[in-house]
Amino acid sequence: MDRRTSLRLLYGLAAVPTLTWHSRVFAAPNVPSRFLLVFMRGGYDATNLLVPYSSSFYYEARPTLAIARPDANNPNAALAIDSDWALHPALRASLWPMLQRGEVAFIPFAGTDDLTRSHFETQDSIEVGLPLDHLHNGSGGFLGRLADVLGADTARPIAFTDNLPMSFKGGPNVPNVSLKNGGGGFDERQRQLLSSLYAQRDLSPMVDEGMELRSKVSQELRDEMKAASRNANSAKGFEAEARRMARLMRDDYQLGFVDVGGWDTHVGEGAAQGPLANNLSNLGGGLAAFADEMGPQWRNTTVVVISEFGRTFRENGNRGTDHGHGTVYWVLSGGLNASVKAKPIVGERIAVTQNTLFQNRDYPVLNEYRSVLGQMFGTLYGLSPNQLAQVFPGAKMQGNLALV
Amino acid sequence: MFTLKMAWRRIGLACCASASLVAVTPAATLAATKVKAVQKAVQKSTAENASDDARWLARLAYGINTTDWMHLRKIGRKAWLDEQLHGDMPLPDFAQAQVDAYLGAPQPLPDVVTDLETEKRRVNALPDGDDKQTARKALNDRAESAWRNAVSAQLVRDLYSPDQLREQMTAFWLNWFSVYRQKDNIRVLVADYQERAIRPHALGKFRDLLLATARHPAMLLYLDNFQNAAGKINENYARELMELHTLGIDGGYTQQDVQELARVLTGVGVNLKHESRPGVMRLPPDLQSQYQYDADTGFEFNPIRHDRGDKQILGTTIGGGGWDEVASTLDMLARQPATARHVSERMAEYFLGEVPPPALVQRMSETFLHTDGDIAATLRTLLNSKTFSDSVLATPGSAPRKFKDPQHFVVSALRFAYDGKRITNLRPVMNWLAQLGELPFDHLTPEGYGLLQKDWASSGQLAKRFEIARTIGSGNDGLFNAPDDGANAAAVMVMPDANAGFPMLSSKLYFDLIEPQLTQTTRDTLNKAASQQEWNMLLLSSPEFMYQ
Repeated sequence: MDRRTSLRLLYGLAAVPTLTWHSRVFAAPNVPSRFLLVFMRGGYDATNLLVPYSSSFYYEARPTLAIARPDANNPNAALAIDSDWALHPALRASLWPMLQRGEVAFIPFAGTDDLTRSHFETQDSIEVGLPLDHLHNGSGGFLGRLADVLGADTARPIAFTDNLPMSFKGGPNVPNVSLKNGGGGFDERQRQLLSSLYAQRDLSPMVDEGMELRSKVSQELRDEMKAASRNANSAKGFEAEARRMARLMRDDYQLGFVDVGGWDTHVGEGAAQGPLANNLSNLGGGLAAFADEMGPQWRNTTVVVISEFGRTFRENGNRGTDHGHGTVYWVLSGGLNASVKAKPIVGERIAVTQNTLFQNRDYPVLNEYRSVLGQMFGTLYGLSPNQLAQVFPGAKMQGNLALV
Repeated sequence: MFTLKMAWRRIGLACCASASLVAVTPAATLAATKVKAVQKAVQKSTAENASDDARWLARLAYGINTTDWMHLRKIGRKAWLDEQLHGDMPLPDFAQAQVDAYLGAPQPLPDVVTDLETEKRRVNALPDGDDKQTARKALNDRAESAWRNAVSAQLVRDLYSPDQLREQMTAFWLNWFSVYRQKDNIRVLVADYQERAIRPHALGKFRDLLLATARHPAMLLYLDNFQNAAGKINENYARELMELHTLGIDGGYTQQDVQELARVLTGVGVNLKHESRPGVMRLPPDLQSQYQYDADTGFEFNPIRHDRGDKQILGTTIGGGGWDEVASTLDMLARQPATARHVSERMAEYFLGEVPPPALVQRMSETFLHTDGDIAATLRTLLNSKTFSDSVLATPGSAPRKFKDPQHFVVSALRFAYDGKRITNLRPVMNWLAQLGELPFDHLTPEGYGLLQKDWASSGQLAKRFEIARTIGSGNDGLFNAPDDGANAAAVMVMPDANAGFPMLSSKLYFDLIEPQLTQTTRDTLNKAASQQEWNMLLLSSPEFMYQ
């Protein structure tokens, strides 16, 4: 018996009766769902993305970093979503219109119970997706297990990264390719030579798939360059990458992963403008472009944006923030539930005061990531409790997050 | 075609031509024909032997290079295997100098960690500002380079050590007793772990290896046993010790056994702080003789944290005691038939690249049990088995079946491409291992990396390997730049070899050993190469090179 089998036995059938989640089987969707996980590596400052503007403590704790209270006359002011929360103004051109259309929701106080505050360890442990006290009892990551449960043909997974991320390990064969700069492809002649080396070998389909994916990406890039040379607007940064991802996910793939870095803002992170604002604007622009490029498929597509942890609620002496705990997850979809469209701040919440901070420094975690993602996968893919228990062994589904 | 490849071909042909001339000189027709037939048979069998030897070497080493090949041909497989199972040949001087430069003089680990922690406190106390950030980065670089140097030193050994089997087994055991560098200060401990806990025992007694890891702070920190104390049990290490390190998941132990082993392991910890070294002084007098401290590693057995009650493990009563109780329990676990099976099975997987037949595992287990867990003896049973020779030598015309893991792919490509040349900068090699997903000490969970084709063969992996093959084949790889920051350039005393552009993979070694084994498909493809660089890329990307 290998570890994976034993894991299933440990948490699968045997464990289900003791779990607290509803025994209902999620309704199976009739259109294939597309899902993209965006991992912001570095622990982004969620407190300035989703501004708790009704909290006076926020303005005390962040003398130089706080975003001004909503004010129609101030372009640097936060954009009010409800009476407590407002959006960073860097997202005015990208996520704000989507939010108005009911295509964006936020889950504050989200995250993992992992308390190491180490980037790598926390990222890995989230991607592994196992209970923290049983972290060592499994292998692979939760997207890999999801692809396994769904079967490779239904999942049609892809990682838009140079290396296969931890989240996709241990599943079926998952192609990966970075769309950042698209370098590394082979020309058509070399591609055929490499492919012919494996003709009649059992690895041949994998070789062809790997080469084909790279070639497709190179072709995309050539097309973009052609378009650019005709003075068409050339997308920059993450937007270009996101449009390429969308074209692949629209036509060929359904379960994607991408990571974006540069969020570790210990020093001079800026407020309404500055490095964090630029990063948010870049990411927001990319996500809006992704939604746009998906076209009619956007209705069946869900994007979840996560990060390993939030940052300290108070700013530090370097006009930055340090490693914290609870964060804010983003959910984008053309098919959000009506209730979410009306009230786009979802999940368990708590008033933001000095007393409610975790360890008197960070947001607490009230919406554990496995519960959040588990419920979402349950709905998107119509998973049974047993199947969910394979993806997130031992997870307790808290609340009733009917997002999509 | 291009000239250099042709030149090697011509040399090859010239050799054959002169040999056959000698063969036909003694003349009477009938006799000559007979002689010819015999000669031909001898030639054929020598050629087959050479090809068998080449496959054999490719499997037992990190791929072939000229030095190891010549040595094997000189002394023959049997003597070569004896040497390998002994595994105590010196590194070539230049490689030893490189390893020494990477590792530096051995330093007591409490000193290393205390220095690091002191510096961390100093940096944290600095006023906020650019200086603090610079200092923080320098500190992180220092800790990170300790890990990089450990990996680089191991890569130098993989590339140049004549003890190829010991180095493969070092990699095997590092993976079996996997630790993760990002936890605590483990990244500054891994060099010592690799050099002093693992490699010396890689071909020795399994129990010594198990005990060396059980006394090493890298393991005790990684699996949290430093927090395991009487009344404050932490089962993490105990569980993995049974499941991964000894008995195996099907080894017939229960949750109760895990809990009891956790009790045995209470008090087994680390003390890496200078100021609290004389911890023994604070103990009650009757416990002082039980206290153990290793000033080189920071290992500590603290009897006041140890549960001194009796325990029941696998139906055996373990009398409460001190470290002797821990040692004898680990010894008992190391000698279990389940452990023998588990070790044998995984070692066979590592060298066969597939799940081994039960009969072979049975025979290896018997050897393991008869020899008190002798790793070399158990390996000998495997390597002398028909299963192994069938797997390596295959049937005529069939190809080796062991899919290389990333480390084997990268190292074998370099041993072959830069045969005998001194690689001075290992940073690109680490980057490739990172891209292919098998960086040492980078696996979060303790089961380590997978050993089988299914664990590595994927479309992204293959495409990435082709890209690395292209980089190596074109010579644009930075391997001959000045030594990377980790090694002290002055100490290395190796003048970087002038980087003579791209490597020549169409070498004598190629024509002698690789070319005869290529399939027609691969030959046809190679013949379409437009340049030596492209030819190099295709050869390193070929199925013949993905397997060993």
